[in-house]
Amino acid sequence: MTSDAHDWIFLAAAAPFLAALVAPLLHRLLGPLAGWLLALVPLAIFVGFCSLIPAVSAGNAVTVGIDWMPAYGFRLSYFIDGLSLLFALLITGIGTFIVIYAGGYLKGHAQQGRFYSYILMFMGAMLGLVLADNLILLFIYWELTSITSFLLIGFDHTRRASRRAALQALLVTGAGGLSLMAGVLLIAAVTGTKEMSQVLLTGDMLRSSALYLPIFLTVLGGAFTKSAQFPLHFWLPNAMEAPTPVSAYLHSATMVKAGVYLLMRTQPVLGGTDLWMTVLPLFGGVTLLVGTLLAVRQTDLKLMLAYTTVASLGLLVMLTGTSNEIAIKGAVLYLFAHSLFKGALFMVAGCVDHEAGTRDIRKLGGLRQAMPITFGAALVAAISMAGLPPMIGFIAKEVLYEGLVDVSWLLVIVAVAGNVLMFVVGFSVALKPFLGPQVHTPKHAHEGPVSLWLGPVVLGAATLLTALAVGWTGDALIVPMTAAVYGQPVTGELHLIPQYVGWALLLSLVTIGLGVAAYRVVDVLRSRIDHLVSAIGWGPDRGFDQFVALTVAGATRLTRLLQPGRLEVYLTTVIVLTVATLLLPMIAYGTLPSMPTGIDLTYYEGTIFLIALLGLVAVLRARTRLIAIVSLGIQGFAVALIFMLFGAPDLSFTQFMVETLSVVILALVMTRLNVAERDHRPTRQRLIDGTIAVAGGAGFGLLLLSVTQVPFNRKLTDFFDAYSLTIAHGRNIVNVIIVDFRGLDTLGEITVVMITGLAILALVRISGRARIAVVPEERAAPDATDPRVRS
Amino acid sequence: MEAAIAGLVAAFFAASLYLMMSKQIIRILLGVAILGNAVNLLLFTCGRLTREVPPIIAGDAMVPDGVTANALPQALILTAIVISFSFFAFLLVLAFRAYQELGTDDTDQMRIAEPLGEAGPPTGY
Repeated sequence: MTSDAHDWIFLAAAAPFLAALVAPLLHRLLGPLAGWLLALVPLAIFVGFCSLIPAVSAGNAVTVGIDWMPAYGFRLSYFIDGLSLLFALLITGIGTFIVIYAGGYLKGHAQQGRFYSYILMFMGAMLGLVLADNLILLFIYWELTSITSFLLIGFDHTRRASRRAALQALLVTGAGGLSLMAGVLLIAAVTGTKEMSQVLLTGDMLRSSALYLPIFLTVLGGAFTKSAQFPLHFWLPNAMEAPTPVSAYLHSATMVKAGVYLLMRTQPVLGGTDLWMTVLPLFGGVTLLVGTLLAVRQTDLKLMLAYTTVASLGLLVMLTGTSNEIAIKGAVLYLFAHSLFKGALFMVAGCVDHEAGTRDIRKLGGLRQAMPITFGAALVAAISMAGLPPMIGFIAKEVLYEGLVDVSWLLVIVAVAGNVLMFVVGFSVALKPFLGPQVHTPKHAHEGPVSLWLGPVVLGAATLLTALAVGWTGDALIVPMTAAVYGQPVTGELHLIPQYVGWALLLSLVTIGLGVAAYRVVDVLRSRIDHLVSAIGWGPDRGFDQFVALTVAGATRLTRLLQPGRLEVYLTTVIVLTVATLLLPMIAYGTLPSMPTGIDLTYYEGTIFLIALLGLVAVLRARTRLIAIVSLGIQGFAVALIFMLFGAPDLSFTQFMVETLSVVILALVMTRLNVAERDHRPTRQRLIDGTIAVAGGAGFGLLLLSVTQVPFNRKLTDFFDAYSLTIAHGRNIVNVIIVDFRGLDTLGEITVVMITGLAILALVRISGRARIAVVPEERAAPDATDPRVRS
Repeated sequence: MEAAIAGLVAAFFAASLYLMMSKQIIRILLGVAILGNAVNLLLFTCGRLTREVPPIIAGDAMVPDGVTANALPQALILTAIVISFSFFAFLLVLAFRAYQELGTDDTDQMRIAEPLGEAGPPTGY
């Protein structure tokens, strides 16, 4: 369905960026009100997308687009089906409360305006990512999320840990972005279209293509880095250095799901193969287990949640990788549920941190009286996370178990194990800080302002209401998205109360039983895992540091090797390469010129050639300055004579003048220099340099010989001969060319001479006035023991 | 004729390259001066050689009479001579001033911009 009626989607995609533009100003003008006002932007977009629910759930995808760079197949086009619609609703819906929450959380922060700006920019990037139809556009938005995420993680840029986390996230997700770029280009090459909506109609074309494996790997490279799959998961917990609104929004509810989005988006055209159904469940399953185990180990509220986010992403990848209809429906439900409860729990963790002054679970307790509203929201979210009724998380778990039972019992076991630990962590976060005796906290805790608890409360309420109204949720959101991911229309109703006693219900009961048991021994579990991780001692996080250090050290060493700061090395490199380009092709292709048989010079020509050679030898062998200068003059004058003999009196005249001047200036300067006259090169070095020089001379000589052995094209010369007098009215053709045919060139030449003169004047004049300031310590004294200093 | 001058050009290039690979600024400068001549001779010969007849149109003719030397490379070289002389003069003064400031004519000892044992870029974050 394409219609002008949907042109507002362009505005919706641009609105967050526009809001980001005015956010700092608005913050300065309105102070605390700015957060509430800016939240209206995502809210308006949310309402706009709600209006698409009827059309999309009826199976009508919406596409809008305009040509941007048609020559490259680049369109500004958006495509809204069940998958992008649910994502868009989550991004804008949760985004609304995140902006409000940020208003309260960062109140009084000097850079709050900038923060609004960043987070709105991110919102625009993420929204564009899920809406983009054009593959290039998708890639651009994908990179924008990486960059905005970098800015947000490094928001507190005075702390080293923040900077490191930001750089880490940027490098990992940026590398994935490059991989994705290769992937989308390959997809475009195979399918012949750059529109995702068209690619989705190509059926088996990608799966049966010879390029399937590279496409699969590059798309996975993008998805796995963004969605923090093991062993690339390490950047996500580190990203918790960001302020809590960022963690809640980017690193749980939205951005990290971009990888899952990509997998879900391409599932209809890439999924269903053995490769897909092996690699995805494998990595997803491992990520689920590793994530939950590491989550249990943590004592910091945010880190616990971060690792369960890693685990949840693993679960989603695993479910998407089954390519099974019911499992995918489970994935969709779980994704929806996870965004709600994890967003809420992160905001709760932020509230507790903000009000009590610590996030360490061991230093928290008994806050239920001080913070009842927060406690309520946390409890609801944790029940959903644990997969207990009557929350949407329960339905998600039922459906995903039902789907996995059909696929593989191994995956069922992995999922149950993961969910048990998720249950433990969920309740640890929700119960531990609030129950038990009141513990003394760094700050005197009390309920935060409405901006802080509004988000958790609304998301908690959504967790409950979408479950109670699951019939509507299923028809309006879940089934359309499942159809988009599965690639075919799907049916099936969702029920809050299980309709029959099946494996799913039994597995849920097992999960709950084991979860309760594990919760009672969580402290033992924690110390066990802690011991295990300490015993391993090395992880990808440390590996990242080693990688960065190695890269910098390697680059430093390479730079030192290529740029040792020694002129003769640079010159030798340049000369050797020049000689190689001259000689090697001639030798390799056998195009050496034919050797002359005799020398047809007159005796006076031969004499002058000899004088020139003598001059050169004398320069090379000169033992005193004066001899060197005079010898230089000899070869110069000999050249002037050669010009004279071969019909170039103008050249000869100029050469005489220039050589005379050179000798005079050189004599003036050299007599002021107290320099060593002898060549200081050791014999070995002389031999090497001499060989290179002789090879170079031979190269140029052979080049010249080759040139003179091909037929000569006199076209230009004939032109100048013919028109010198008739057009330019001059009888000396050389002069006519200089001042007339190539007059502008001569003007350039004069300019060069003038500028050189000025530069020389400047060099002479600054003498003694502005000495080059060298701080004694910095001036590297030539160290006699340093092997790099030769003689 | 061309073969002989090709040999001479080879000698010019060899001498110039050998001098330029030295560490002493003065020898490098001598090399640069010779390089200018080498390149000019190369260009000159590429335009083919004609003995003793300059490209000048006689007083009663509209075009050159008979075979004359090739005017085009001469015009190019005329520009090149002047430019290379400017270049040489500038380098000479630069070398002189560098010697005054740094007290050495050895390029290896001119190390203000690239000190020995310079620390690498920071490895932290």
